[in-house]
Amino acid sequence: MSQPTTASSRPAETLPADPDALAAALQATGYLPDEGLATAAHLALAMGRPLFLEGEAGVGKTALAHALAEVTGRPMYRLQCYEGLEASQALYDWDFGRQLLHLRAAEAAGSTGDVQQLEAGLYDRRFLLARPLLQALEDAPSVLLIDEIDRADDEFEAFLLELLSDFTISIPELGTVRASSPPLVVLTSNRTREVHDALKRRCLYHWLEHPDFEREVAILRQRLPEVTETLARQVARATAKLRSLDLLKPPGIAEAMDWATALHTLGARELDPETGARTLGAVLKYREDTDRVRALTRGALFGGS
Amino acid sequence: MAPSAGTRDVVDVVLGFARTLRHAGVGASPDRVEAMLQAVGHLDVLDATDVYWAGRLTLCASPDDLDRYDAAFAAYFAGEAPRTPRTSAQQEQRMAESAPLSASDPGGGEESAEAPDLKAAASEDEVLRTRDVSELSIAERDQLRRLFALLVPAAPMRPSRRRRPDLHGQVHPGRTVRRALRDGGEITRLQHRRARPRPRRVVLLVDVSGSMSPYADALLRFAHAAVRARPASTEVFTIGTRLTRVTREMRLRDPDKALAASGHAIPDWSGGTRIGEVLKAFLDRWGQRGTARGAVVVLCSDGWERGGTELLAEQMRRLHRLAHSVVWVNPHKGRVGYEPLTGGMQAALPAVDHFVAGHSLAAFEQLAGVIERA
Repeated sequence: MSQPTTASSRPAETLPADPDALAAALQATGYLPDEGLATAAHLALAMGRPLFLEGEAGVGKTALAHALAEVTGRPMYRLQCYEGLEASQALYDWDFGRQLLHLRAAEAAGSTGDVQQLEAGLYDRRFLLARPLLQALEDAPSVLLIDEIDRADDEFEAFLLELLSDFTISIPELGTVRASSPPLVVLTSNRTREVHDALKRRCLYHWLEHPDFEREVAILRQRLPEVTETLARQVARATAKLRSLDLLKPPGIAEAMDWATALHTLGARELDPETGARTLGAVLKYREDTDRVRALTRGALFGGS
Repeated sequence: MAPSAGTRDVVDVVLGFARTLRHAGVGASPDRVEAMLQAVGHLDVLDATDVYWAGRLTLCASPDDLDRYDAAFAAYFAGEAPRTPRTSAQQEQRMAESAPLSASDPGGGEESAEAPDLKAAASEDEVLRTRDVSELSIAERDQLRRLFALLVPAAPMRPSRRRRPDLHGQVHPGRTVRRALRDGGEITRLQHRRARPRPRRVVLLVDVSGSMSPYADALLRFAHAAVRARPASTEVFTIGTRLTRVTREMRLRDPDKALAASGHAIPDWSGGTRIGEVLKAFLDRWGQRGTARGAVVVLCSDGWERGGTELLAEQMRRLHRLAHSVVWVNPHKGRVGYEPLTGGMQAALPAVDHFVAGHSLAAFEQLAGVIERA
């Protein structure tokens, strides 16, 4: 789609020198990493290795890629994986319609003289539709997010191996596209199936946990400045309690933020049992979970500060 | 054994640590160790937290590894020397100790042990096929193992989103146009494509508690045959007092080696059963995320539940909602006059689609058929 931009059009990058500096930079964008995650991101940048993130849904795996793109000032390309994902949707595709049009136009203009030249003209860069993986290589340095890799078939993983080890894509008709500098690759997985070892071996592996209480309050305060401190603390405490209840789907940070927003929208300045019960749908996504929480003592869950 | 600044020492320390880690069960392969050395180079070697994260990010590959890593890290950097890997002979021995092939049956075992004279092999096999595996002599069991090797369970199929060229089905625009390009821009023939069938995931949960020990060996052999037939779409777990994933061990080609490796991995051979709790652990950690979704889940157990049956009933309902179909294999069902009276069985049955026996080779062949059609 877009012509490849040259790397020189962007100012030379200055990357944070150590994990602490990177953590501070991430914090400035509104993403609060813990020590391990900051180290992981720093190493991914320094070693040019892909970062493989696993963890419960809603702990901020995808958000990290966005935050890293913001910190480094690189463009971000996202590939959402799903079953049946094919190379033509992930890498590149020839624009058949335009190629055909080109042929017809040449025919109409009567310039079909040199067949070889006409044929060669068909496989020109302008007839190539770049998909996220190719875009990320052409627009290097960039941030490439390969989201929910566990949803793609295992054939697709094998195909990623080549890309992630030398950051090249070979297009038979056109030649090899090589990234001028390796993109920062972030892979995420929800562990719906085990990703192959060969792929993991090429990556830095990090398991993301739910944040602790103080960090969660800080995240809520930073992302939702309009919510009162008391409400943020109460929501964080109640969410932490919900996580300890052995639910089918323990709420993540995303759900905690939804909940705080819902309460704030209703005009609540703090979490009282009644509004809490009414807005439970923002945090709990299973009927069994809702029933269970309703049956438990409401005061214990929503009280305190 | 604190890491010092000299490069040589750092390499030694890291290699020693990797050895300790491998002993603890984390597969820290050489290229991962190399990555750790590289990572340490980008961080502060003298800072314990930096070394911790450099190792954890490069050497671990799954959440199961993290606890082992933490323990190994604490032990190693507190001064414990790296341990030598256990020899395979020791593993074999442990397997033999912890997974006794039942000699508890008084009647059948002795009787047939007295008659090593085998009749015509074919008719012998035929008889063996329908015999209860818990009543076999050692020699008969060896014979049966060879028959197990011939078992090739076929996988159930499901339509997938991936399509492939076909003579019928939807029109494939890309291929049609590509073909037109070859013919000078003229569409001479439409190309088609159709969904490709893919194997449906099969999850086997094998009870290895004390009451099931006469059958555990046979069930794990069946599981091995299933994994060998479809390595990518079959998962095997053992249940007892805890949940153990043995898929990786089961992928070894040789059935005896695979069983020995699984025996090494299973900490709760011949213990009690808490099916409800373990099933919950399975659904929380694996099932709900996707392992059980749309899969054929095969539970091999006699339904003896030590805990309450309410939890089991609840988890079975949950499993039934997630899975494509639920098969329960109970070896005792093969006995004449068997009634599913145990509390666990009573609680589980409403959520079971197919209730089958699993006591003899013939029953396992039937089970393979049930799984294929499930």
